[in-house]
Amino acid sequence: MSMPKAVQETLPQLEEKGESYGRMVWRQFRRNPLGMASLGFVLLLLLVALLADFLANDKPIVARYQGRWLFPVLHEYAVGLGLASWGELGRVDWRQLPYEWALWPPVPYRPETTDPNLQSLRERAPSKRHWLGTDEIGRDVLAGILHGTRYALSIGFVAMGIALAIGIVLGALAGYYGGMVDIVISRLIELVLTLPTFFLIITVVALVQEGSIWLVMAMIGLTGWTSIARFVRGEVLRVRAMEYVTAAQALGYSTRRIVFRHVLPNALAPVLVAAAFGIANAVLIESALSFLGFGVPPTVVTWGSMLAKARGSIASWWLVVFPGAMIFLTVAAYNLIGDALRDALDPRLRV
Amino acid sequence: MWGYIAQRIGLFVPTLLFITLLSFALSRLAPGDPAALKVGVGAEGGITGRAGLNERTLELLRKQWHLDKPLWQQYLLWLRDLVTLEFGRSFQDNRPVLEKIAERLPITLAMNLFAVLIAYGIAIPLGVYSATHSGTALDRFLTFLLFALYSLPSFWVAMLAVTFLCNPEYLALFPTGGIRSIFHSEQWSLWQRVLDYAWHLALPMLVYTYASFAFISRQMRSALLEVLRQDYIRTAYAKGLPGRVVIWKHAVRNSLIPIVTLLAGILPTLISGSVIVETIFSIPGMGELSFRALVARDYPVIMAVFTLSAVLTLVGILLADILYAVVDPRISFARRAQ
Repeated sequence: MSMPKAVQETLPQLEEKGESYGRMVWRQFRRNPLGMASLGFVLLLLLVALLADFLANDKPIVARYQGRWLFPVLHEYAVGLGLASWGELGRVDWRQLPYEWALWPPVPYRPETTDPNLQSLRERAPSKRHWLGTDEIGRDVLAGILHGTRYALSIGFVAMGIALAIGIVLGALAGYYGGMVDIVISRLIELVLTLPTFFLIITVVALVQEGSIWLVMAMIGLTGWTSIARFVRGEVLRVRAMEYVTAAQALGYSTRRIVFRHVLPNALAPVLVAAAFGIANAVLIESALSFLGFGVPPTVVTWGSMLAKARGSIASWWLVVFPGAMIFLTVAAYNLIGDALRDALDPRLRV
Repeated sequence: MWGYIAQRIGLFVPTLLFITLLSFALSRLAPGDPAALKVGVGAEGGITGRAGLNERTLELLRKQWHLDKPLWQQYLLWLRDLVTLEFGRSFQDNRPVLEKIAERLPITLAMNLFAVLIAYGIAIPLGVYSATHSGTALDRFLTFLLFALYSLPSFWVAMLAVTFLCNPEYLALFPTGGIRSIFHSEQWSLWQRVLDYAWHLALPMLVYTYASFAFISRQMRSALLEVLRQDYIRTAYAKGLPGRVVIWKHAVRNSLIPIVTLLAGILPTLISGSVIVETIFSIPGMGELSFRALVARDYPVIMAVFTLSAVLTLVGILLADILYAVVDPRISFARRAQ
């Protein structure tokens, strides 16, 4: 920050007068009730994902056993981090221990926990024991939904993170340098745009020996950056022609500094809109993939894979309705956030 | 306009080459080589004790598929086969891939064509109504409904339909799958046959199209709203033209330009959607073929279907680009002005 002192002194007054761009957008965004509700829903999902182990687990959260206080869920984290070991509790069945007192999670099952006692279809239907029913090997649907938020959220954020990184860098390069760079990158964008994305992802994921959630995320990211690159390119083209960029050039700043510190921050707003829609699309692609049985290993319970279980037993309506509704709500929430953001950013609507 | 179209076609060829390269690379993703896979599939349980025979089969297959040559030669040879439509034989049943595809392509193509027609046929009037009545209760309801439809995952809607509408437990209004009844016969009257197809395809087509028409309607609405704000529309009203003429003759025509290009975006969606819809409703089309091939790792089929879908998408996009130039002469002028 080698700004002349005189200029710096004028800044506070400027800030007091005008509202920052981000604050203005946020003010507009807050007026949209559906957008706010969706934002709330996504935050709720985030909370559920963080606390999934405390909401659905086959171990008590706190228990008093043989005169000792135990914190099995927290202990599990410590064991996972290598800070502690289970000791003599390594092989116990937490559900059968004669506790003196225990605080259980609201859903006392993990998504992988099977309940082999459920024989008939009627026993697997939603009941007092399993609020949203179980699949054909007795895995609790609600536990799967709660833990599935982790996959649904991380898929969106990681895939979009990859797409954003590629899209912003390429878009900025194309927009700022123009000429040959722009031509090459623009052709690349058009090329990727013409690929049958879903088909490409499903083929790669199905053919690679060890399918994993990371591969799915990477593939969605690698094919989903085009709209972002286009937006950034257009915005950078627009911003580049502005006087303050010329001023920055005249001050002798390096190109990289101008692009990243001066041009990009002003070009990023529309990218957020594309990112919101991109996340919705990523969630949709991943759930479609795991529904078709590609991508995640069969032991991993995701919303899509739960929905796929319904194909095997068509009378289990609860396997169709609940996980599918979660996918729908999540996708709709991201789309609504994208819509609300676009409206908030659209200067024509701003009075 | 012709320069623009030539430029589009110029982009078509390298993209096509890239797709073949990609398709070829995909076939090398598997552990081991395709020959080992073929022997593995073909000789279930026969591997043990007959290693010598398998070795010889492998050698033969490798030679036949040019796997003993360097990679770039393999690619060129495969490309030559592709141009001559020589896709090889399926691992699953040893039938020529071309024959399998020829059986199934018409079904998917017909469904795609219908889907596009239905989507545009519903979306344009709906979008026009929504835009001309913007702000009314019905418009707000339509906007909300279309938004919900747009966000509904098609596989979920398909599963809901199969569970609740094709299931004797609840309502068995529609058959669970296929494109016609088992007892469907050529002796039926045309009307009967059409009805039979319609009965089987009603749900799949609904699932296949709703996302597209919701998407197009939304775009149509905003495109028309954009046009309606312009000065020449006010002029048209001012000179006393009836509202119907202003809307349909002056406004809608211009708002159709961005809608035409949506075709390019819808085609890939339809082709990928066919995998889901055809699998759920057991429709013997390309989507179901590729699903089975993917599950069985049937490389010749996968490569052929992938290349073909990509080419179809590409042709669709090229068509949309050309249409765009036809409906909007400004495009070519803008290029020339640069």
